[in-house]
Amino acid sequence: MKATAWMGTDSVKVIDVPDPKIMNARDAIVRISTTAICGSDLHLYHGYIPAMRKGDILGHEFMGEVVEVGPQVRNLAPGDRVVVPFPIACGHCSSCQRGLYSVCENSNPNAGIAEKIMGHSPAGIFGYSHLLGGYAGGQAEYARVPFADVGPIKVPDEVSDDQAVMLADVFPTGYMGAEMCDIKPGQVIAVWGAGPVGLLAAASARLLGAERVIVIDRFPYRLRLAEEHIDAETINYDDVDVLDALNAMTAGRGPDACIDAVGLEGHHGNAAMYAYDRAKQAARVETERPFALRQAILACRSGGVVSVVGAYGGFVDKFPMGAFMNRSLVMRTGQCHVQRYTRPLLERIQRGEIDPSFIVSHRMPLRDAPKGYKIFQKKQDDCTKVLLKV
Amino acid sequence: MSRVDTVLLPELDGPVPATPPSALGLLSLALGVGTLVAPGPVARLTGVDDSPAARAVLPAIGLRELGSAAGLLSGRRPAGWAWSRVAGDAMDLTLLGRALADRGGARRRRVALTTLAVAGITAVDVLAAVRVGQARRARARVIRLEIAVTVNRSPAEAYRFWRDMENLPRFMAHLESVRADDLRRSHWIARGPAGHRVEWDAEIIDDQPNKSITWRSLPGTGVPNAGRVCFVPAPGDRGTEVRVELRYAPPAGALGRAVAKILGEEPEQQVRDDLRRFKQVLETGEVIRSEGSPNGISVRQQAMQRPAQPLPASRR
Repeated sequence: MKATAWMGTDSVKVIDVPDPKIMNARDAIVRISTTAICGSDLHLYHGYIPAMRKGDILGHEFMGEVVEVGPQVRNLAPGDRVVVPFPIACGHCSSCQRGLYSVCENSNPNAGIAEKIMGHSPAGIFGYSHLLGGYAGGQAEYARVPFADVGPIKVPDEVSDDQAVMLADVFPTGYMGAEMCDIKPGQVIAVWGAGPVGLLAAASARLLGAERVIVIDRFPYRLRLAEEHIDAETINYDDVDVLDALNAMTAGRGPDACIDAVGLEGHHGNAAMYAYDRAKQAARVETERPFALRQAILACRSGGVVSVVGAYGGFVDKFPMGAFMNRSLVMRTGQCHVQRYTRPLLERIQRGEIDPSFIVSHRMPLRDAPKGYKIFQKKQDDCTKVLLKV
Repeated sequence: MSRVDTVLLPELDGPVPATPPSALGLLSLALGVGTLVAPGPVARLTGVDDSPAARAVLPAIGLRELGSAAGLLSGRRPAGWAWSRVAGDAMDLTLLGRALADRGGARRRRVALTTLAVAGITAVDVLAAVRVGQARRARARVIRLEIAVTVNRSPAEAYRFWRDMENLPRFMAHLESVRADDLRRSHWIARGPAGHRVEWDAEIIDDQPNKSITWRSLPGTGVPNAGRVCFVPAPGDRGTEVRVELRYAPPAGALGRAVAKILGEEPEQQVRDDLRRFKQVLETGEVIRSEGSPNGISVRQQAMQRPAQPLPASRR
């Protein structure tokens, strides 16, 4: 089959690889119809996530048709159209049973290395390095889906591929970012990052009853999407000071909750600040450029919530602990527990409450994946989200 | 609860010295006290009562013996103290040799007998010191591990799976097979590099249903080992804390190198991964595999992985 493979930093290729096989009794094989390039795939592309090997198949957002199931899979049958959550979760460990699917205790066969870096291992993730399991990804013609009796859900015909594939990662991740803010009527929610997750977090904050949503980014075309589709107010940090702007917009209170949908490869409007973290990151003194996180902590109203769904990999330098502690802030974080959200969010799509596919800017065939990575990386051609059609 | 260290495993603890350090200590004590309390009779008995120097030398020897006694009876560094006795014996033999040259008649016979006795004691001391050292080295070679995992299953379920010893190769990576001969005895085969195989027989020596299992290898194995697994209810209804203690002595030589390779450079990591697989099998029914880890958890394959490098600054 054809698959998108990581060939080294800034290099992906569509190559021929063997078809996936059933390896465990609860596996399914899915023929992929639509798959997406995620912002966190860019962290792999840029080489920031350790333990990638040349030839590793990328991709953790995908959907398609079940073509084969293992003997223990009873909920799915060949022919079912399914979308697959990006974290691989066994459904039986105590984390899964508490709904914490992205920290499944069993699904990372390389848990030992992850433990050395993170203390405890999170779940395995499709196509996301050997640190997180060494699973082949879904930017391919076929994918093996472990624990197919737990993760994938069937997609009804009236929901399109473009809508459904958002349920693999970005929509639930954005939704969880908003849910962690514990939004109450009258509240103001600020979202750092107008990428797919940031836009869907802002949209979810609306769904959950936020009175005002403020989106912070530097690309005018992305901010325009936030204004047009979510009725959000926007701040372009290349033009104004974010803290001043937020204080002015909230009469000095600060947003009730701040969502960091940026993660480890952030940018900063101030060239000196940016150079400082860039240099430290290059020297491996820190692994992140946590501009959004620092700013979110400083901006948040006292007693508010900082919700982090942007991806971080290692260690943060200059974390404003003084502000965080003295102002009674709460931080809530996590890779999304996608399995918790797929069904209720699918129902919201079916009821017409939201169409998450408004973030899609590009659709192209799988063979054009290298081009898709390039334009997403460079933010060319007003790119927000690339779907690959197989 | 008793520790696995209390499991009797003679091969693991090295040879037992014929004369234990405490017996040597008592001998030193007797000789030291005798020499100090009755220097006159001792001098006569040994045939050096004609020498004015004996009056100064004998109490010194007595004090030395008391020093050795204190050291040996304290139980600390027994090998060192046993060798200190040998050094003392050598000194005594030297002195007796000089005394023998100067004397004649009955006195010469007494000195000769004393020399013979001291030579005998010296032999016992040398043997004891060597054995004590061997035992110490054997104990130092023993590897002890204590590793635990929490499994979301009841102690009874975890116990039942482990108690069927033939299940062990399902999660212990280096085991090829375990054959249960009867309820207590089993035959184990471990897979090594380059077709090397290590086999041994083991027996269950303590079996507390739903609580713990203790086993040890039977005499005659090249890799003496003992282990205990305890199944403790985890607080807050979170299943079972499975706590494993292992003790084994990798042998020297080619077999030892094979065993070391089986267990990897980090035996702790190996056992931790074994336990992780035990958890996987109990909770999900299988060992989890991925394309990058087709055999499930494996330390060796983790060590072979190369990390990706960050983009050079010029190309960002």
